[in-house]
Amino acid sequence: MTAPQRPRPARKRALHKFIPGLINCVQFEEFMVNYFEGTLPPARRMSFNAHLKVCRECRDYLAAYKQTIELGKAAFENRDGPLPDDVPEDLVQAILAARNTPG
Amino acid sequence: MDDAPIRRNIQTTGETAVAPVARAAPMSGDLENSTLLEKLRAGDDEAFEQFVRQHSGRALATARRLLRDDAAAADCVQEAFLAASQNIGGFEGRSSLATWLNRITINQALMHLRRHKAKKEIPLDPLLPQFDDNQCRIEPALHVVRTVEDIIADAQLKDMITKGIEQLPDEYRVVLLLRDIEEMTTREVASTLEISEGAVKTRLHRARSALKKILEPLWLEYGP
Ligand SMILES: [Zn+2]
Repeated sequence: MTAPQRPRPARKRALHKFIPGLINCVQFEEFMVNYFEGTLPPARRMSFNAHLKVCRECRDYLAAYKQTIELGKAAFENRDGPLPDDVPEDLVQAILAARNTPG
Repeated sequence: MDDAPIRRNIQTTGETAVAPVARAAPMSGDLENSTLLEKLRAGDDEAFEQFVRQHSGRALATARRLLRDDAAAADCVQEAFLAASQNIGGFEGRSSLATWLNRITINQALMHLRRHKAKKEIPLDPLLPQFDDNQCRIEPALHVVRTVEDIIADAQLKDMITKGIEQLPDEYRVVLLLRDIEEMTTREVASTLEISEGAVKTRLHRARSALKKILEPLWLEYGP
């Protein structure tokens, strides 16, 4: 069991020197929008994936980000179901009455 | 029009009588829908009631999510059905009646939000990703080990998620709800909110990032 490790920028900087074209975390962040829209061009997607291989921070971030999207959807599920029990009858009646009220 | 009668506390209503017609509603067969549509266009009262009973549940849920206020949501749903009733002639059937009504509800809710600026909004910036001087991300070790189903099954955690979304500033929260929850396309959200598609993408990304930060305890507590 080890304490959470601090980022090691020195090592990452060294990697950038040896692998030209490797994007940094800020660029990775900028690519994310189009990555999730499915509109990231193939060359950029390669850079995106290459960055993930060398960057623990972005890997963790992306995994949590992906689960966040799924959690948001799941927390609000059943939106397409039939009439839920909590639609009050008086709301239904108010709508019906309002429709028959001129003006 | 006096809107007093429709202001009520929905949460206290509890179990309500629901007419059998709503229960029996199938997941909208085409034939059934076209018959209902013809009757709605003819101004048939029974058809309108069936329409209300079939679709008010989803409409109310949508309005509640967007407005975070049950009374305002009820008003919004009423306005949406009235608008639908008046504009049914303009419904071209390119989408389902359910989708059409939901869009009207969303538009009503957005109008309400524009009129009533939210009071308690948290600033977004502290929740956005942080980078150091070397453009390296500053991120604690996160462990995504539990499934979405496991997390959602825990009422407290589910509450943390919905509350987390509710906290987001309106301009971000609305984009997140429309894109991720209502499953509208980027283009649809852009035209609904009258902003560029680029702005939709940026706001969606920021909203998701901020929500991820709010939910961070989920991934912190399970160390290696
Ligand atoms: Zn990175």
